Amino acid sequence: MDALREVLNNLDWSPLFISLKTGAVAALISFFLGIFAAGKVMKAPPGKKALLDGILTLPMVLPPTAAGFFLLLIFSRRRPFGIFLYETFHIKVVQSWLGCIIAAVVIAFPLMYRNARAAFEQVDVNLIYAGRTLGMSEAAIFWKVVIPGARPGIVSGTILTFARALGEYGATSMLAGNIPGRTGTISQKIAMVIQDGDYLGAGVWVGIVLIIAFAAICVMNLIADKKMRNAKRW
Amino acid sequence: MGITVQIKKALGDFKLDVEFQGESDRIGILGASGCGKSMTLKSIAGIENPDKGMISVNGKVFFDSSNSINVRPQKRNVGYLFQNYALFPTMTVCENIKAGIRGTKEEKRRRAQEMMDKFQIALFADRLPGELSGGQQQRTALARILAYEPDVILLDEPFSALDMFLKDRLQKEMTEMLEDYKGIVIMVSHSRDELYRFSEELLVMEDGHSVIYGGTKGIFENPVYQEAARLTGCKNIARIRRKDEYTVIISDWGIVLHMENEVPENVNYVGYRAHDFVPVWGERKKNTLKVDVDTMAEFPFERNYYLLPEGGAKGNGISICWFVQRELLSVLKEKGMPDYLEIKEDKLMFLR
Repeated sequence: MDALREVLNNLDWSPLFISLKTGAVAALISFFLGIFAAGKVMKAPPGKKALLDGILTLPMVLPPTAAGFFLLLIFSRRRPFGIFLYETFHIKVVQSWLGCIIAAVVIAFPLMYRNARAAFEQVDVNLIYAGRTLGMSEAAIFWKVVIPGARPGIVSGTILTFARALGEYGATSMLAGNIPGRTGTISQKIAMVIQDGDYLGAGVWVGIVLIIAFAAICVMNLIADKKMRNAKRW
Repeated sequence: MGITVQIKKALGDFKLDVEFQGESDRIGILGASGCGKSMTLKSIAGIENPDKGMISVNGKVFFDSSNSINVRPQKRNVGYLFQNYALFPTMTVCENIKAGIRGTKEEKRRRAQEMMDKFQIALFADRLPGELSGGQQQRTALARILAYEPDVILLDEPFSALDMFLKDRLQKEMTEMLEDYKGIVIMVSHSRDELYRFSEELLVMEDGHSVIYGGTKGIFENPVYQEAARLTGCKNIARIRRKDEYTVIISDWGIVLHMENEVPENVNYVGYRAHDFVPVWGERKKNTLKVDVDTMAEFPFERNYYLLPEGGAKGNGISICWFVQRELLSVLKEKGMPDYLEIKEDKLMFLR
């Protein structure tokens, strides 16, 4: 117990804040990108649909380190695009918090996209037709009929995206690195500590990440359930 | 005035080719499922696009491929009642009705209230569609459409998913609600009873094309085409050979008919409704069919007999339906089964 108290007293909390910040920002970006992509892919012709869907889902299936490889290929400051970004805008992706976010978005985005798309597709097409014959504009139909109808799927997509972004390790460690206080996320901290054989330190962080993930899922499930009171399925 | 539809659309192997010109305000479209009747309705509403042709309502052109006119569904002013009503599940009854009303907030509120009062759903204004009964949902859906003040109302199989008791009640309710609606109403259904009750003019469709269009009662009396006869509920249809002006051979039934009036030349079939046979006891008369019962089905107020054809035609797999209703049933109980069934010339339908 004394050992645990000492660890907690001397704990550097920065990995927690970096992870939470990264998870939240990545979920926010994925939320809009995912809904946008889902809307576009849904309306695409079949061949194009399959291709787009494949590209957008790939990061979910690929090992994160493979995604990290591609990200480095693009953003490395020894590569054309990375050089361009740094020289024109002074934007540094590699070894920076921006890298954390980009890595998390790339890995977690497919979850949002797929959930949003599945949710959109299960919205009864007759509702959209009804909206049209009632003179509602396409935008009004999207915001007032499709989005509310797809709400449960969108909420669960957001939960999963946040949870996945929170724990992202492979691509993040390659692109953003593990700079304490800047890019050092919880998952990287755990990996680092365990390499030193410090099970207690690692255990503390595992406990923290467990609590956050579980709480996030519970809270969002509650939000999703609130409006679902009428839809008893069983 | 009225509605003109003349459209073609290819969808894989299926080809839609419909043409009719309606003059009445209550039009029915009859056809089996998958015959393209819903697609026709959707084309009128603008939620499906035909490949070519033209659609106009009361002189307003909705679609005209030769002039590249295709008015958006939002601008056609057409109300569409979907089979599942398509009420927006996340909006309350009141919000659903408001969705189609144009005007200021205050006008929307007033008009919605007016419609809810008229359709007796004001009590449920704040409920979600999922919390309503089938009848209340139908009233909400109709209120939503009528609040929108459409020029045409399209009813897409409104009763086909209901049980018999509810169907009858909702049909009555719908008729009452649409009574003072002045525009055109088109109802699509596979039920001849529903359409006989509802429509003044009828389009019969089969396999993507229009078979016949005309007054509903007239089509039931004289369907002209064998497809139309079958869809209007004629159970006995047989191929014929015209021997001379007054004689036809129905080889599928193994009999020959001698007519008083001249047999039209361009006919290939005859149709005879299962209720129209007249039983004969004792000696055989002209134009009769020997009663040889194959099977029988019993219902609360009716018996259906399935008879075998005569002579050489026996065993060809064809059975002739004879439906016996209540009054006749008691006669049969008294006198026993008839020996022959007479085919009345005025009930016989010559079909193309």
